[in-house]
Amino acid sequence: MKYLGIDPQKIKIGVFNFTCCEGCALALANKEETLVDFLDLLDVVTFREISSDRGEDYDIALVEGSISRDDEIERIKKIRAQAKVLVALGTCACYGGVNNLKNQFKIEEVVEIAYGKDKVETSKVRPLSDVVKVDLEIPGCPVSKAEVEKIVVDIVNQSEINFPEYPVCVECRRNMNTCVFDLGMICLGPITQAGCDAVCPNGGVGCLGCRGPAEDANYESFREILEENGFTMQEALERINFYNALPGMVIDES
Amino acid sequence: MIYKVITKKEFKKFVNGLINSNETFGPRQVNTAKDGKPIYQFKEVHSFDEMELDYTLSYSSLKNFFLPFREVLSRYNFTDDNWEQEIEYRVNPRVIVGVRACDINALCKLDDIFVNGSFPSPYYIARRNNTFLIGMDHLPMDDCFCMSMGELVVRQGFNLFCTDLGDRYYLSINSSKAFNFLRNVKTTDPTDKDDRQWLERRNLIKRSFNTTVDTSSLPNLLDIEFDSPIWEKWGDKCLNCGTCAMVCPTCYCYGIEESIDVSLKSSRRERFQHSCTVVDFAEVAGGHNFRPSKEARLKYRYYHHYHGFAENADEQICVGCNRCGRNCLAGINPKDVIDDLLMEKTDEV
Ligand code: SF4
Ligand code: SF4
Ligand code: SF4
Ligand code: SF4
Ligand code: SF4
Repeated sequence: MKYLGIDPQKIKIGVFNFTCCEGCALALANKEETLVDFLDLLDVVTFREISSDRGEDYDIALVEGSISRDDEIERIKKIRAQAKVLVALGTCACYGGVNNLKNQFKIEEVVEIAYGKDKVETSKVRPLSDVVKVDLEIPGCPVSKAEVEKIVVDIVNQSEINFPEYPVCVECRRNMNTCVFDLGMICLGPITQAGCDAVCPNGGVGCLGCRGPAEDANYESFREILEENGFTMQEALERINFYNALPGMVIDES
Repeated sequence: MIYKVITKKEFKKFVNGLINSNETFGPRQVNTAKDGKPIYQFKEVHSFDEMELDYTLSYSSLKNFFLPFREVLSRYNFTDDNWEQEIEYRVNPRVIVGVRACDINALCKLDDIFVNGSFPSPYYIARRNNTFLIGMDHLPMDDCFCMSMGELVVRQGFNLFCTDLGDRYYLSINSSKAFNFLRNVKTTDPTDKDDRQWLERRNLIKRSFNTTVDTSSLPNLLDIEFDSPIWEKWGDKCLNCGTCAMVCPTCYCYGIEESIDVSLKSSRRERFQHSCTVVDFAEVAGGHNFRPSKEARLKYRYYHHYHGFAENADEQICVGCNRCGRNCLAGINPKDVIDDLLMEKTDEV
């Protein structure tokens, strides 16, 4: 593995899971056609989905999942202390993600419904950045492997890491999709950061905003658009609350 | 230009002949909108009957056939101490059937930049030269305003143009290729009756426009109105979603992205369609953004379309298809914006 005659340094990574479905960690093991090359750039110290090795000397911690228990706070702090760079991987880690749905209810009720009599210790769901300093956020539910590949290559080559600033619509229209608003459905694409290649509208369903807000998102105009298209704020909030990744849209409302 | 008349039956035979030996694209319904109206796009077709030639207008423009939304311009292969560049712009001959006048005229505007401009694009030229275009007239939709932009009539930039005379087409033949292809089917010279019907059809189309945009004072008006509050009014609505530019047949801006493959053994340079309405379009190294506000970004698009700059200085590049207006979720459309600018000055007088 040489790049223009130079031997780049492999990056020592550890992959860690918190409250989530482990979908982002699994996404890292996807895209078989380039998987060997991808792993070749990495020195995998710990990554339980693909290896039984358990090391402690990682430089970059890729952390998926949100924080929902006290023991998780301890664990993430330890990881933070070890890692030179801590990366929040996926919507759960960046924004709380689907787990946030729990925050809409009383904790006791949630535990009762989910676990019955077996009381488990759990608290409100939080993104990693509420608990530790996060150096880089890679949003997405799950993360896009192509984007992660690009970021890893950028790190190896010491290039600047860039995310699209514009909304999902740009990618959606490049893919020549029919706008789902024209089909009578809500889409959060106009206020959500692109980078997923508009997978949801590609499949004919509206964006749920998993990648968080686009730069300079126009919430006010978007709210008017929802109304003009006959949607209530409640309907929009149901979508936004799914990932809770568009706080700007919610705060503005109150 | 040579004129002939062909029956619709014979025309079908002609097109099926083209379909059999070339990659062919035509209008097809891809969706039904919530108001029940069909949504069309140009898609590959394998027989004449798959096309819906009485379609209104394609949802997105034809631009992607010539300026793909994303394309690899070149690839680089690295060896330990050297590298090689690979460039390919080979295009198989292809046919597009049923192209509307505005879309043909839009291609002529793109030709000014990518064929006749200071920096011709071999990628564009290869696609353009290898595409056989069959145009077709139609009755305008309520919000079409190509007539106001002077783009209702096609003069160049196509191979064949069909004017619908009911049971037959009046053909304007604009290339030797088209003339030669037509030898395989039966056509006749236009009779006096054909000529009259052709004119009647043209007049009917002209009478059918319901939207007029007063372009007589553009681009001067835009010079005068540079600081108008109108821009803020519309800019405040803009989502900077780029939709207008992506569906527009003449928006040609692009970005270039270079990426190294995961193998580190190769890389590629890609071109992607970009737009001045998009937030990071005018952002430069170091993070400075030359157009930091929504208002500035939206205004820019209007200046390019109705004022013109660079390769098309003082030439309006809008052809009046209203795809931008129809697809803008925020309801921003050329007719209303230009009317507002005109009204503002009228009120002040
Ligand atoms: S479907 Fe969504 S992302 Fe696509 S153009 Fe419409 S609003 Fe934008
Ligand atoms: S379209 Fe929206 S919800 Fe779907 S992956 Fe992209 S950002 Fe996430
Ligand atoms: S004018 Fe409309 S379509 Fe264009 S960027 Fe603004 S909101 Fe999007
Ligand atoms: S209007 Fe904007 S996006 Fe369109 S061609 Fe001009 S500068 Fe480019
Ligand atoms: S600016 Fe709008 S009306 Fe003019 S050519 Fe582009 S999409 Fe059509």
